[in-house]
Amino acid sequence: MSHTPTSKDDLTPQQQVARRNKKVAMICVATFVGMIGAAYAAVPLYKLFCQVTGFDGTVRKAEVAPSRVLDRKITVRFDANIRELPWKFQALQPKQDIRIGDTGLAFFKVTNPSDKPITGRALYNVVPEQAGPYFQKLECFCFTSQTIQPGQTVEFPVVYFVDPQYADDPETKGKPEITLSYTFFPAVDEGKKGQVAAVTTPRIVEPLGGAPSRGL
Amino acid sequence: MASAADTHDHAHDDDHKPPFIARWFFSTNHKDIGTLYILFAIMAGIVGGALSGLIRWELMEPGIQVFSDTGMLAQMGIFKGKHGYNAVVTAHALIMIFFMVMPAMIGGFGNWFVPIMIGAPDMAFPRMNNISFWLLVAAWVLLVLSMFVDGGPGHGFGGGWTIYPPLSTIGHKGPAMDLAILSLHLAGASSILGAINFITTIFNMRAPGMTLHRMPLFAWSVLITAFLLLLSLPVLAGAITMLLTDRNFGTHFFDPAAGGDPVMFQHLFWFFGHPEVYILILPGFGIISHIVSTFSKKPVFGYLAMAYAMVAIGFVGFVVWAHHMYTVGMSINLRAYFVAATMIIAVPTGVKIFSWIATMWGGSISFKTPMLWAIGFIFLFTVGGVTGVVLSNAGIDYSLHDTYYVVAHFHYVLSLGAVFAIFAGFYYWFEKMWGVKYNEFLGALHFWIMFVGVNLIFFPQHFLGLQGMPRRYVDYPDAFTKWNYVSSVGYMITVVAVGVFMLVLIEAAIRRRKAEANPWGEGATTLEWTLSSPPPFHQFSEPPVIKADDHH
Repeated sequence: MSHTPTSKDDLTPQQQVARRNKKVAMICVATFVGMIGAAYAAVPLYKLFCQVTGFDGTVRKAEVAPSRVLDRKITVRFDANIRELPWKFQALQPKQDIRIGDTGLAFFKVTNPSDKPITGRALYNVVPEQAGPYFQKLECFCFTSQTIQPGQTVEFPVVYFVDPQYADDPETKGKPEITLSYTFFPAVDEGKKGQVAAVTTPRIVEPLGGAPSRGL
Repeated sequence: MASAADTHDHAHDDDHKPPFIARWFFSTNHKDIGTLYILFAIMAGIVGGALSGLIRWELMEPGIQVFSDTGMLAQMGIFKGKHGYNAVVTAHALIMIFFMVMPAMIGGFGNWFVPIMIGAPDMAFPRMNNISFWLLVAAWVLLVLSMFVDGGPGHGFGGGWTIYPPLSTIGHKGPAMDLAILSLHLAGASSILGAINFITTIFNMRAPGMTLHRMPLFAWSVLITAFLLLLSLPVLAGAITMLLTDRNFGTHFFDPAAGGDPVMFQHLFWFFGHPEVYILILPGFGIISHIVSTFSKKPVFGYLAMAYAMVAIGFVGFVVWAHHMYTVGMSINLRAYFVAATMIIAVPTGVKIFSWIATMWGGSISFKTPMLWAIGFIFLFTVGGVTGVVLSNAGIDYSLHDTYYVVAHFHYVLSLGAVFAIFAGFYYWFEKMWGVKYNEFLGALHFWIMFVGVNLIFFPQHFLGLQGMPRRYVDYPDAFTKWNYVSSVGYMITVVAVGVFMLVLIEAAIRRRKAEANPWGEGATTLEWTLSSPPPFHQFSEPPVIKADDHH
């Protein structure tokens, strides 16, 4: 803070102060830019964090079913919601009792009563939130957007299991029920419009019934 | 005492003030810019206070009176209906935070006294200082405009100062929200530039001998505040930019239909929002320390502990943000962490409260107006702090979240805490800033009426909150009538107090009693009291030298 000139500089004290000021200000600006960057980096990081840890009830996609099946049964309830879509969306079974570790199969029915094809995207969550890491899906219509033709009714299967670790985690082990909730939103145009729900092998239900069950 | 005798000889050479336009519009003088900030804050405080008057008027009785669809406000074409109430609540909060408390504390007192207290001739970047002020004015214009343009459900944005999506995206499709976002951008830019200026000034321009550990606590508090601003405001800027692009440019940061997450906005917002509440109160801590020490005629108790308590509050303030969002569905472990971290803040805060009391202990206390406000601050801030510890418990917060208990809590720490600190500083430095004396009786009268008024407003709100009255509603069941009525009566008393404050200003302006350089005597030891009142237009051309045994 003193005004004694340094040996390497013949700058006046004012110039030295100005130079030091510039340096501090630049560090501050760099901090500012860094924090802006951190705010944006939070977007992918938060998403990654939720998917890796199952934080906040984020359901994870699994590749293989668990090898261990427990005797204990758990009740899985199903919930179907629609937001800003003219569709009808319902779970074909209110609940299922399955053994922990066993693979379960549930069906959801979507009807598009409007006169034009509409693409929707289902988002999902489980309650209790702590069950997020353990409730895993092998197959789900929610992995991609779904286009439903006018007047068409589609039944979507969901293949899921509850990881046996559910019974070990102190936060979840006493909980007898998991609720799986879906909400269909209008799909946002991602350039994939028109991609029909083939990936998850849905059953196309004819209005008069009698359609064969395809897949699974 | 610091030696600054030479400033006196130079005073008349340095005192060439520029003409009116150049002085007040293109000002680069830290004292003039500080004055502009204070006048701006008084103006914004009156507007924000008037808006809160509409709120209390509406809530005086159950039913919808002021904000009815055919009422007076609706006929005037502003704040129509229930949405109008929400818009008023939102505007009240944004104005009080960004345009009243921050300009008064940081822009006003910070600009005025930080350079003087550290023995600097001015701020490090005087022209940037001018830009900071006028950016704030531009931000104010945008925010006021936002109240009068279409928000979607009606005029203005009604989603609360927390601007959570989806209410701030698909809930308010009109331009009001865009204007509010741009207003926050400009206010944020103003504060960032101010923060850079303060950090540079305090690090580089201290007088010889003024080490950081000899620096007055107000300068310490502004330094820490500037760091909080620098680290937290960019996150708000990022979050509201995401909102802006979500609204206008087809991004989906907070839109669940395309894989976004609205809860992430809450995380980003509160990562800014929690440090922000310390930004609002820390300069007040600095002011109160000086006042308590001055009027107890003792150096402040535990100077270093006081400084590092503020550092600790600032640091821990960054890792407790999710206590504002216990109800979003966090796991028990996460909640346990945020409960514990939040409670830890009570420790450095307690250090400060007890150190103020210890400063007064055994001191020769004179209850001049600034000291009244300072003691009022300590009392009210402690009440708000205690309810804060209650709310930090996630289990209790589950039932009190978004009730009037929370409203009472943050008004005790901010509306009563920060505002009392501002008034304390205003009276403490009144002679120094304006060069005239205020009337001691009117100042004390202002304090006592205000103290009764604000307590009457906010104490009953604890009861309402505990009984389950939610915040941000235009109407309430009959059962809540009594305490709402009392609260509104408290508002009327507070209006009288603000009237007395205006009287103080008018009386001082008319009588023009000549100010002394140091009206407070031996207790006032910081450098500003070595200068004349008002100080010369340029001070400390020859830097004062601070010796090791100086008091802080």
